[in-house]
Amino acid sequence: MPAYTLTVNGEPRQFEAESDTPLLWVLRDVLNLTGTKYGCGAGLCRACTIHLDGEASFSCQIPISAADGRSITTIEGLSPDRSHPLQQAWIEEDVPQCGYCQPGQIMSAAALLARTPAPSDAEIDAAMKSNLCRCGTYNRIRSAIHRAAKKKAENATAAAGAARTEASHHG
Amino acid sequence: MADPRSTAHDSLSRRRFLQISGGLGAGLVVSFLLPGCGREGAPGAGAREGAAADGEVNAYVRITPEGDVVLSIAKSEMGQGVLTSLAMLVAEELEVDWERVRSVHALADVDRYGKWSTGGSSSVRANFDAYRRAGAAARELLVAAACERWSVAREECRAENGEVVHAATDRRLAYAELAERAAALPAPEEPALKARADYRLIGKDVRRLDTPAKVDGSAIFGLDVRVPGMLVAQVVRPPDLGGKVRSFDPQAALAVPGVRAVVEIPNGVAVVANGFWAAQSGRRKLAVEWKPGPHADLDNAAVRSRCLAVVDEGIVARDDGDAEAAFAGAAHKLEALYEFPYLAHATLEPMNCTARVDDDGCELWVPSQSPTGAAETAAKITGLGPERIRVNTTLLGGGFGRRSAHDFVEDAVHLSKQMKAPVQVVYTREDDMKAGLYRPAGTNVMRGALDAEGWPLVWDQRIASPSIMRAKNWLSGMKDGIDMTAVEGVRNLPYAIPNVHVRWADVELPVSLHWWRSVGSSQNGWVTECFFDELCALGGKDPVEARMRLLAEHPRHRRALALAVEKAGYGEPLAEGRAHGVAVHESFGSIVAQIAEVSLAEDGAPRVHRVVCVVDCGEVVHPEGVRHQMESGITMGLSAALWGEVAIDKGRITTANFDTYPIARIDQMPRVESFVIAEGDPMGGIGEPGTPPIAGAIGNAILKLTGKPIRRLPLGRVAPTA
Repeated sequence: MPAYTLTVNGEPRQFEAESDTPLLWVLRDVLNLTGTKYGCGAGLCRACTIHLDGEASFSCQIPISAADGRSITTIEGLSPDRSHPLQQAWIEEDVPQCGYCQPGQIMSAAALLARTPAPSDAEIDAAMKSNLCRCGTYNRIRSAIHRAAKKKAENATAAAGAARTEASHHG
Repeated sequence: MADPRSTAHDSLSRRRFLQISGGLGAGLVVSFLLPGCGREGAPGAGAREGAAADGEVNAYVRITPEGDVVLSIAKSEMGQGVLTSLAMLVAEELEVDWERVRSVHALADVDRYGKWSTGGSSSVRANFDAYRRAGAAARELLVAAACERWSVAREECRAENGEVVHAATDRRLAYAELAERAAALPAPEEPALKARADYRLIGKDVRRLDTPAKVDGSAIFGLDVRVPGMLVAQVVRPPDLGGKVRSFDPQAALAVPGVRAVVEIPNGVAVVANGFWAAQSGRRKLAVEWKPGPHADLDNAAVRSRCLAVVDEGIVARDDGDAEAAFAGAAHKLEALYEFPYLAHATLEPMNCTARVDDDGCELWVPSQSPTGAAETAAKITGLGPERIRVNTTLLGGGFGRRSAHDFVEDAVHLSKQMKAPVQVVYTREDDMKAGLYRPAGTNVMRGALDAEGWPLVWDQRIASPSIMRAKNWLSGMKDGIDMTAVEGVRNLPYAIPNVHVRWADVELPVSLHWWRSVGSSQNGWVTECFFDELCALGGKDPVEARMRLLAEHPRHRRALALAVEKAGYGEPLAEGRAHGVAVHESFGSIVAQIAEVSLAEDGAPRVHRVVCVVDCGEVVHPEGVRHQMESGITMGLSAALWGEVAIDKGRITTANFDTYPIARIDQMPRVESFVIAEGDPMGGIGEPGTPPIAGAIGNAILKLTGKPIRRLPLGRVAPTA
């Protein structure tokens, strides 16, 4: 079996796998990161969403041979302690029911917020419409994304304020 | 912070289990229940002999040395919130801080918890007393232990926030310090329960206990189980309904790296491998010759005609007045054919089970709605006694009824037995759709007539649909030869119509059946509510006014509908091209009224913008959980109403994945506003009653928009023309 190297959640990982193995199964069966879910195996439900070099991607459709040397973030690596604003917002809005699709939902939302800090409803629809939820948590997902966006903006303002205070002390 | 993985892997419980059973291999079971705690599920909360080394006070309550409260719940968490709502009941009586509470699935132990099945929207309403009693019994044991320590009387002490307090001397003892002694004391027979006015948790919006693990990837679903030495298997099933394996050649599959074996089991041919992808790759090379099934002519049209052929032969389920004579004599009449298709559950986590069968016994890790049924299945296959079978219930990535079946348990147990290694059986999405068990299809021949003033005079409904209860050989679900699920919501049609005739005919078809969220009501709510609106249209009546008049004897229905009308602004002008559709349906003891605001796209595809939902469930434990279930039930019903149909062609299920079995996406999701009525009526169910009305509400809005009813589900497929 060929050997591969990935950076997964900031850590270099080396392993052997058949070259056509989807990234999803490398994560779940080789690296034992089971937070990324299998739902359809066909790119239709996005339960397997991860970040590949920062872009939301469905890991069930990416053979490991196409990911060699690249950087992956999974739900386990989004934050060490559920402190990501989206994870906090998901808890605040009581989003999950069965919870199975939620890692994929959160990873799609995280990629959205990274490039669109204050998304409109239409932008949320466009970014999230491929992530299926059988329990119908969509309205709460929408609210949670808005909440996290607001929180991130507040944090940024506070950080900027702190930086200004710091600067004025030194000035 | 609680270990989020404890839901699936509670190592302390594991240790306790081994202590009490003497180890799986020994087959020795110590009787651990005290008198008064019988087999029949009485969560009488008896202490185990010699228990409490790990803080276990009774079967439901464990207090850790740090003072965390770990509650064992013998119902399956599939998103409906039982790990929270049932925990609330225990915690209410136990007098503990909700922030210290976590809940885990209990072991499937009939002696301690009775038979465990999760369904019928029954978990909270059937266990409202039992789980409160379990908490109260534990509380009394803890108080008794403190009284003993202090040599004071029970009346002088109270339980409060995880402590026992002796007010006169201002002494306090934490539960953690008392648990060990408490477990050794005799369990109280009838612990006092709180009065409603004293509830601190019940009826309040507490945080769900399972949320944190569900936002960081640590929640353990069935597919996330990893057992040392575990193999992964996919099972290839006959593609034809009624087909069988004739022969197979394993060589090409075995040549695939990582494939360990190709074996035949009763449900098909399994490719067993080191991991999912090797199993999948081996399966693609597997050559199986199938013996064709005997139903080559069967397709969706044939299902409809088979139903229609027998629809007049049904058994009478209700017969008020004289529908035949009244229909013959009426001036205004309506005849209609309403048809509904097979539906798949399509849980997002496909079916799976992990089994380890070895010399010590059999252990399962399974997302099951019926873990004790899974144990029985394993017992049948292995021949082992129940004391040597251990079932760990993981979280369920959706259930909706599907996970009360045991096909995936059979596969895993057979394979582990043959492979002499732990095996995780995984259904691919395609396996899950095609090897599924389905909500029955069926046909309704409807006849209605109006009196001279335009009010309904005759309701004649003849149903033909394959019987779930007959298929399951569940005779308690049959009454006078009638499958009660097939006529639910119709036999008890609430409208005051003088002549009502209902009959139901069974249909023998080779498609496997199963309970699907809200069962017969899932289609009957649509048929009855839409045909009612057709009669309203014929008589020139407003659908809400007509319901209010004909529900005179059903004040709870009227109250729910009136609140929905108010909240939706029914009757007020809507945006151009939109209409409100109304439906009311009672199921599982709860009454739900829904008003959907709908428009039609240029191609006629319905678009649902907003749904106002009112549920009267009598009494409420967790209001936010109820709203969750309304949102969830509506979404599932909406997907079914607009797109849900399992396709059959040439005797095979051809629906395979989400491209041909669409479920609602975020951009198709209406705004949902849910309101809960809980005025002290008998407690109703919550998991299912949100589903039945939505198809009717959407259908009725379309009728209003187009003047033309759509009488075959799914509504989105038969595109209406505006």
